[in-house]
Amino acid sequence: MSEQRYVSHAIRKLDAGALLSGKPVYTDDLAPASCLVIKLLRSPHAHALIESIRTEAARRVPGIEAIFTYEDVPDKRFTEAGQTFPEPSPDDRLILDRRVRFVGDPVAIVAGEDEKCVDRALKLIKVDYEVLEPVLDFTRALDHPVLIHPEDSYVAKPGIGTDQYRNLCASNLRGKGHVDEVLAQCAYKVEETYHTKAVNQTMMEPFTTYCTMDIYGRIKVVSSTQIPFHVRRIVARALDIPKSSVRVVKPRIGGGFGAKQTSVSEIYPAFVTYKTGKPSKIVFSREECFIHGSPRHEMQIDVRIGAAEDGKIRVIDVHTLSNTGAFGEHGPTTVDLTGTKTISLYRDLDAYRFQSEVVYTNTVSAGAYRGYGATQGMFAVESAVNELAHKMGMDPALIREMNIVRQGDLFSDYHGQRATACTLDQCISRVKELIGWEEKYPFVKTGPHTVRAVGMALSMQGSGIENIDVGTVQLKLNDDGFYTMMIGCSDMGTGCDTILTQMAADCLGCEMDRIIVRGVDTDQSPYDSGSYASSTTYVTGGAVVRACDSIKRRICQEAAALMELPPDQVDFDGNLIIDRHDPDHFMELSDLVNALQAGFGRIIEVTESNTSPVSPPPFMCGACEIEVDLETGKIRPLYYAAVVDCGTVINTNLARVQTEGGIVQGIGMALYEDIRYSPKGKLKNRNLLTYKIPSRLDAGSVHVEFAPSYEPTGPFGAKSIGEVVINTPGPAIADAVYNATGLRFRELPITAEKVYAGLKEIKGAEDADITGTHALRQG
Amino acid sequence: MLISFIINGKQAKREIAPDTILLDLLRSMGMKSVKCGCDTGNCGLCTVWLDGSPVLSCSVPAARLEGHTVTTLEGLQEEAAAFSRCLADEGADQCGFCSPGLIINVLALEREIEDPDVNQIKEYLSGNLCRCTGYQSQLRAMMKYFGKSQE
Ligand code: FES
Ligand code: FES
Repeated sequence: MSEQRYVSHAIRKLDAGALLSGKPVYTDDLAPASCLVIKLLRSPHAHALIESIRTEAARRVPGIEAIFTYEDVPDKRFTEAGQTFPEPSPDDRLILDRRVRFVGDPVAIVAGEDEKCVDRALKLIKVDYEVLEPVLDFTRALDHPVLIHPEDSYVAKPGIGTDQYRNLCASNLRGKGHVDEVLAQCAYKVEETYHTKAVNQTMMEPFTTYCTMDIYGRIKVVSSTQIPFHVRRIVARALDIPKSSVRVVKPRIGGGFGAKQTSVSEIYPAFVTYKTGKPSKIVFSREECFIHGSPRHEMQIDVRIGAAEDGKIRVIDVHTLSNTGAFGEHGPTTVDLTGTKTISLYRDLDAYRFQSEVVYTNTVSAGAYRGYGATQGMFAVESAVNELAHKMGMDPALIREMNIVRQGDLFSDYHGQRATACTLDQCISRVKELIGWEEKYPFVKTGPHTVRAVGMALSMQGSGIENIDVGTVQLKLNDDGFYTMMIGCSDMGTGCDTILTQMAADCLGCEMDRIIVRGVDTDQSPYDSGSYASSTTYVTGGAVVRACDSIKRRICQEAAALMELPPDQVDFDGNLIIDRHDPDHFMELSDLVNALQAGFGRIIEVTESNTSPVSPPPFMCGACEIEVDLETGKIRPLYYAAVVDCGTVINTNLARVQTEGGIVQGIGMALYEDIRYSPKGKLKNRNLLTYKIPSRLDAGSVHVEFAPSYEPTGPFGAKSIGEVVINTPGPAIADAVYNATGLRFRELPITAEKVYAGLKEIKGAEDADITGTHALRQG
Repeated sequence: MLISFIINGKQAKREIAPDTILLDLLRSMGMKSVKCGCDTGNCGLCTVWLDGSPVLSCSVPAARLEGHTVTTLEGLQEEAAAFSRCLADEGADQCGFCSPGLIINVLALEREIEDPDVNQIKEYLSGNLCRCTGYQSQLRAMMKYFGKSQE
């Protein structure tokens, strides 16, 4: 790790050329033209039992190859969540089930030679349902008389507090000290309830998979997935076939953001190809990505937070109710982050408590979405901290500066871990400078009915999952001294192929183009838990460093033998293996490989794994400036300032773009992206017209800087970046709206309509009393 | 029905069903740069040129091609190279799925508006959604490409 030619530089992505010239590199681009086209017949009811399905007429449509119903699938429950063994999500689904649990739940799989015949066949399938009462309100799901998973074949996992007979997917309780007592002693407290919805990742490439059968009768699954190794396991279990019969290949991915950490689309073509022996594919429509995706868990979070007279935060109590929808994917794990990542931002608490229930409802099954529970938790707790500051008449930046976790601290609720690398204090002070906090807080009037205001929030996440996530890297030395680097983590656009190559090139002292990086094929790649939980840079990056160290040792060993020297008497500089005692005595790497390939020694190949006992959090501070039109309620995001501590920044371009992208997704969740259901449980937002993600006119401008720390356990001192960046916009914008209008929103999104309605209400009240905040701003 | 048209500079004839959508026809002809990101004309991923002007190929019947010229990114490789380099230098190609539609629309903008300012750029491209980048790096790339200094 001598001098860094690549790490901490703005290196282009290795795949930039292919991506930017429109090469066929994504799943559907690669699917053979002979693939059967698969579509799913979906339930129109939120909760029903299938009484009968008649498929005869549909089967007679020319071109139809196969139609499957619940009667045709294995009776072994599984989960589509892709996390490391032992997967905590309950095994609660079948490929097709007699009981349908949400509007859109698949009822039949139809495969035919083209879309047209499949569409015709779908219309000809006749289903009789016994319609059941649905459970739609997640605040009433626990102990509801209607059970969503009464089946005997349901498999709960140990230690996560499941009770299928209470509609309870998971529950938890932990803490320290006497929360109620400490709260009672606090001079200031906030006790409020916050609500976030099941927002959709809306990655631009929909869920897409195709499958073929190879000459040995094995199923090859080519899929847009973040978790190839878990897909192998999930498909094998769902089809009830050995894992050795499944091979998963990941091409380029058009975005994931967690959506593709659930195996949403893979089982259907896998089943069709398994049954028919023919290639098949499924490409979800955008509507299907909404009604049958894997959105964020909707959560209702009760926060109680208390501070002493001087502003010292003494206690945080978080109680989260999470809606996992019809199935339990990622239910037990997402909810936990609403506590760990929020409470741990604040130091020296006298007491804290975290309590959670995750419930089933007859809505779309939730999954993983960037931020993974931390996003929901941060909206609640950071909003509560802002509210606390307002109650005390204290600057929200100041209350944070007084109370945040500092380098060396033991985290308040983070599995006994310490903040080994933390520049959160610098993040706050730099953000204040960037946005002009002192001048602009809380608001500035800019026109007869416009106000500009600022708001702030903090965020932390993890870097992989400690003691669980595994990254493995295999390095081979080839002719002329180039390397092949096999990795098992999925580059989903995030650039991990590039980042890991940068690290390897600096470790090996060679040019990046001497390293060929190979993406995931489960038949060939070394095992990796996958790309989620912000793990690739930190966990797999650590494996890269190890593999490079170990291949350098092997190179010295083999070369020393040929040079007739003891192995510790040679040095390797990337090109030459040199005698330490005689610089003129050296061997070129290419000569070494050529000699080895002629039988003089052993071929050089190493494999190294990495698991970390800790998950060092990246931190950030974000502040936004918005403009609110007090007549229409319209909120315009103008400027977002963000300073991130992700340890060492490995690729300055890619880290910056990740941050900007995460912030704009967060702005979408804060202001635009709404999820609503009809009274009968039909999702209303099912396309990009009704589910509005930010366009380039809605995002404002985003300014990102880094406040690097050095994480001793990370590769080159790096931590993670992927998720921490989505968490601040919700609470920061909510507080800016409060500063602009005096209206406190505890539910996202904060739409113009809601602000308008709120302003009207205040105005009504203030026509009687002219001293209120609204009058002040109307000034 | 049989239609004849020019695609990326080459004469072509195709037998199509009357309800074929241009997007599907183009992909079936191997123009895989044309992506589908929605079914409602909202994402811009499927943008191609019809007689030199940008259209959303998901919303155009293939029959309209009869006697016309269609251009996809495959046919604009040279013209696109310089802007693509600007995107790559900013890391603005995160997943890249939105890139072909964006690039082809930026080239259309360049032909249509001389010396566009920031607002014209944003306005013109507002229909090109990107979920990865938050648009900032794309804007930096465009400013560079159009020879503008960053404010
Ligand atoms: S596919 Fe979205 S606009 Fe055409
Ligand atoms: S780069 Fe992924 S959608 Fe734009």
